[in-house]
Amino acid sequence: MTIRGKAFIAGAHEHPRRELPDHSIPQIHAEVALGALADAGLSLADVDAYFCDSSNGFGPISMIEYLGLQPRYFESTETGGSSYLVHVGHAAAAIAAGRCQIALITMAGLARSRGMAAVARSTGSPEASFESTWGLSAVSAYALAAQRHMYEFGTTSAQLAEVKVAASLHAQHNPNALLPKVVTVQEVLDSPLISSPLHRLDCCVVTDGGGAVVVVSPEVARELERTTVKVLGQAEAVKHLDNGRIDLTYTGAATSGPLAFEDAQVRPGDVDYASIYDSFTITVIETIEDLGFCAKGDGGTYVLEGALVAPFGRLPFNTDGGGLCNNHPSNRGGITKIIEAVRQLRGEAHPAVQVPDCEIAVAHGTGGSIGTRMGSSTLILGREDA
Amino acid sequence: MTAALPIPVPERTPETEPFWSATARGQLVLAHCDACGTVIWYPKTLCPACGATSISWVEASGHGSVYSFTVVHRAPGPFKDAVPFVIAYVELDEGPRVLTNIVGGSPDLIHIGQRMRVVFSDTGDGSALYRFEPIE
Repeated sequence: MTIRGKAFIAGAHEHPRRELPDHSIPQIHAEVALGALADAGLSLADVDAYFCDSSNGFGPISMIEYLGLQPRYFESTETGGSSYLVHVGHAAAAIAAGRCQIALITMAGLARSRGMAAVARSTGSPEASFESTWGLSAVSAYALAAQRHMYEFGTTSAQLAEVKVAASLHAQHNPNALLPKVVTVQEVLDSPLISSPLHRLDCCVVTDGGGAVVVVSPEVARELERTTVKVLGQAEAVKHLDNGRIDLTYTGAATSGPLAFEDAQVRPGDVDYASIYDSFTITVIETIEDLGFCAKGDGGTYVLEGALVAPFGRLPFNTDGGGLCNNHPSNRGGITKIIEAVRQLRGEAHPAVQVPDCEIAVAHGTGGSIGTRMGSSTLILGREDA
Repeated sequence: MTAALPIPVPERTPETEPFWSATARGQLVLAHCDACGTVIWYPKTLCPACGATSISWVEASGHGSVYSFTVVHRAPGPFKDAVPFVIAYVELDEGPRVLTNIVGGSPDLIHIGQRMRVVFSDTGDGSALYRFEPIE
């Protein structure tokens, strides 16, 4: 059964700040929850389903209490930065099954104030001893993928840099972006190598903050004054080492993408705007291939000549500036991917980057690491009348 | 001055004890499925190919080739003073691509496909880290 048209996103809110040393993590959850509910024209008392991750050592039980909710449905699927894109699909399925009508999804974290160590994944996983002993950072893991992609397909550092340039061209219009300055390909190439072949400017920003969305039933959506966004489809996948035979040239999007497009009954060619997870520039290159916007291996050439630049590129992407320039709260960019897609479909993106007549959008998340294992989720959204 | 590469002590479990105790003897052993023969990575007692739970530990050749690599210039924690150093996936001749460090050569000369052999870094805790060096 498809989830197409079974649920609508009625509210979305991104925390406006990128540094929140004066906040606790639950406070941020609460602020974005209230922001998204106000956007929808709803209140905490209306919520009957709640979703959050468990990355900060607590999950739905604690946050349901903190927020004073009485939900009859809750979930804490934890797939890193893609968690929230999974949550939307699961919320839509729960709504379609009649288990709830108004689902609140919140995300919050303090990676910038508390440092990377505060959000490091815990040890104790079965793979930990075979991967944590080599000095591997998130950057290095993605660098391994980039190096292999370059080897197999001739992808260049300058092509990767085009992704950052496009993100920065968008971020200049976002007053809340951490890095609002436009950068050039040469500036990316001249930035220090962190882990070859990735430079500092191939990496996303590290920010505090968070965001929230409200997913509602068609009946509730009809009663709300606010313009809503239709959930057309979603699918998720875990791509892993495959018993040590890992192929670093593709991501979980190769599985979740086609399934989501099938669920939504649309094709990649129908997409007007794409929120593509951009923890690093290579993440975008591999993902656009995997989602079917170009052939495997062609991502590097696809992004040339402003293909990703809104409003008139072939595939306008991450018009908020993305994780590369705007916001990557708690090293988990999934919620911001949904929020910018909602802005585009409501026609509420910044006028300089609003895609004209934006009807179909994709939001894709990658959680974990493309260098080892990841949870991927592809969410297809449409305008209210799509 | 670049510091020596740290040698973190891996966490051992009853399941992985045979693997780690072999490294202390200078052996790289791989779990082979008794039912279907699949070479299993990372070390565990369930065969992900067929679901069997009977495995045998078999010494590997210790040879492989570089599948991918990165020269690390900024590193976390105890590795930060050891830069530049190399992290790689080495594809063992037995099949698995294992995450590791490449040592004993100039980072600038590492390339995909380069032949490697295993070397061990003693942790002093009854185990050793399996690292790789170029075969001249």
